[in-house]
Amino acid sequence: MAGPVISARELSLVFQTADAPVYALSRVGLEVEDGDFVSFIGPSGCGKTTLLRVIADLEQATSGTITVNGMTPQEARLKRAYGYVFQAPALYPWRTVERNVGLPLEIMGLDNAPERIARNLELVNLKGFEKKYPWQLSGGMQQRVSIARALAFDPKLLLMDEPFGALDEIVRDKLNQQLLELWDRTKKTVVFVTHSIPEAVFLSSKIVVMSPRPGRIIDVIETNLPRNRTLDIRETPEFLSLAHRVREGLKAGHSYED
Amino acid sequence: MSAAPAIAVKPVAREPGNTFPVAVVCLAILLVWYFAAIPMNWVVTGPKIAAGGGGLSNLLAFSWNEARPVLPAPHQIAMELWKSVFTVAPWSVKSLVYHGWVTLSSTLVGFVLGSLLGVALAIAIVHVKFLAKSLMPWIIASQTIPILAIAPMVIVVLGSIGFTGLVPKSLISMYLCFFPVTIGMVKGLTSPEVMQLDLMRTYNASANQILWKLRFPASVPFLFTSLKVAVAIALTGAIVGELPTGAIAGIGARLLQGSYYGQTVQIWAALFMGSFLAAALVWLVGVAERFTLRRMGVKP
Ligand SMILES: Nc1ncnc2c1ncn2[C@@H]1O[C@H](COP(=O)(O)OP(=O)(O)OP(=O)(O)O)[C@@H](O)[C@H]1O
Ligand SMILES: [Mg+2]
Repeated sequence: MAGPVISARELSLVFQTADAPVYALSRVGLEVEDGDFVSFIGPSGCGKTTLLRVIADLEQATSGTITVNGMTPQEARLKRAYGYVFQAPALYPWRTVERNVGLPLEIMGLDNAPERIARNLELVNLKGFEKKYPWQLSGGMQQRVSIARALAFDPKLLLMDEPFGALDEIVRDKLNQQLLELWDRTKKTVVFVTHSIPEAVFLSSKIVVMSPRPGRIIDVIETNLPRNRTLDIRETPEFLSLAHRVREGLKAGHSYED
Repeated sequence: MSAAPAIAVKPVAREPGNTFPVAVVCLAILLVWYFAAIPMNWVVTGPKIAAGGGGLSNLLAFSWNEARPVLPAPHQIAMELWKSVFTVAPWSVKSLVYHGWVTLSSTLVGFVLGSLLGVALAIAIVHVKFLAKSLMPWIIASQTIPILAIAPMVIVVLGSIGFTGLVPKSLISMYLCFFPVTIGMVKGLTSPEVMQLDLMRTYNASANQILWKLRFPASVPFLFTSLKVAVAIALTGAIVGELPTGAIAGIGARLLQGSYYGQTVQIWAALFMGSFLAAALVWLVGVAERFTLRRMGVKP
C-alpha cells in the first residue's frame, strides 16, 4: 500500500471543560508506516489515550490534520479499518466470553464466527472459558478477552491502549511474545500505548516518547531490532541502550515542566 | 463406608430467617387493631353493651362481632374473605374471585399497554435529543393531574362513544403505569458506560444494533424495577376506574357497594383482596426478573 497508514501534522487538541481548557495534545506530528509497531510512552495524563482516540475518530482534533489509510479518521472508522483495545476490558456482562468475542462479527455480519472465536481465544490462552461470564474471570483474563475481541474481525490496524497494564509480569511477558509473533506473522500495523520502558523497547519498531501535558512528542526512536526477536534480547547491549534513550527522553520531558 | 470428600466443603450458611420479626410485627398490628375496634365501634355497640348488662365479656363480644361495625375485627374480615372466596361459585356476583378477576383483567391489559408505551417513549427520548426536552415536561405533567379527577371524564367520554367495561379501565391503568416505565427505561437505556458505547462506534454499529445489543440488555434490571412499581399502580388505576361509573363488577365496585350499604366488613374484605392481588402481581414480576437475570448470566 502506498503512503503511511497514519499521518498526523501539527495536531492539537483542547478539551473545553467547565473551569479551564485542558491542552491535551500540542502540535503532534507522527508517521506510522504499513507494518510498523509503534509505541506511545509517556507519563500518566500526557495525552496518549487522547492521541489514540483521535486516530480512532473517538475524539476530534482542535487543529491540525490527520489521515488514516489516506482517509479522514471518520472515513476510516466507517470502513472498520482498525480494532481498538481499550484501557479497561469494556466487556458486556450479559454475554459469555465467546459471545463477547463474537460481538464485532455479529455487528459486521461476518461469517466463520465459531472458527474465528475459537482461534482468537486460543491465541490469548483462554480455551475452555468460552461459556464463562466476565464476572467469573480475573481482571487479566477479561483484558485478554477484549484483545481476542479486537482481533476477531482481523483488522489490518490494531490500536491498543495499555492492554497489558493490569497483568502480572509473567503473563505480560508471554502475551508480549505472542503479540510480537502475531505482528510478525500477519504484518499488521500496531499502535500501542504503554507505561513500561522494557515493554515499549521489546515490542516496537518505533517508540514515540511524549512529554507531560500538553502532550508533545519529544523523541521518536527507531529500534531496528530483528522482527522475530525473543525475550532474551532484553539482556543485549542494543536493548539496554535503547531503554536508556527512552528513559532520558522521559526525564527531559519532566524537567521541562518543573 | 462411603469415601469422604478430599476437601471439606464449607456448608452454605443459612440466611437468618426473617419469619420471626415479620410475625412480631403482624401480632402487634393485630393487637392494636383489636384494641382500637373497641372505642371505634362504641357508637354502635355502646347501647347494646349497656342493654346486655355491661361487663368485659359483653364489651368484647359486641365490639368484635358487630354486623355493621365502624372498624370490623380482623377475624370478621377473614371470615368474610373465606365466605366470598371459597363458599360461593367463582363466577357468581357474590364471589370475590369473580370481582378480583374483573379488576385483574383490566389491570393486566393496562399494564401491558402501559409498559409498551413506557418503553416506546423511553426509546424515543433516548434517540431523539429534542424529544428529551419537549416530551419530558408533558410526561411529568401528566402525572401531576389527580387521577380521581380525570377518571370520571375518561369513563364518560369513552362511554359516550361506546367503550365501556374493560377498555376505559385499562386506559386509566395504562395512563398511570407508563410513567415509571418511561423514567426507569430512560435511565436504563442510558446506563452503558462510555467505553461500551465507544466500542460500538469503532465497529460502526447502527443505532438499531446499539439499541438491541447494548442499550436494551443494559436496561433490563431497570426495566424490572419499574415494572414492579407499574404493575401495582396499574391495579390501583383499574380500581379507581371502577369507582365513578357505579360499575357492578370488580374490586372497586365491591368497595362502592359496601359503602352505599354500610357493609364495612365487605369493604375491608375487598380491600384485602386488592392487596393480595397487588402482592401477587409484584411477586410474579419479581419471579420473571430473577429468571431473566439468571438467563442473562448476571452474578447471583
Ligand atoms: N473528555 C475529556 N474532557 C476533559 N479532559 C480530558 C478528557 N479526556 C482526557 N482529558 C484530559 O486530557 C489529558 C490527557 O488524558 P489522556 O487520557 O490522554 O492521558 P493518558 O496519557 O492516556 O494517561 P494515562 O497513562 O493515565 O492513561 C488529561 O489531563 C485528562 O485529564
Ligand atoms: Mg490512557
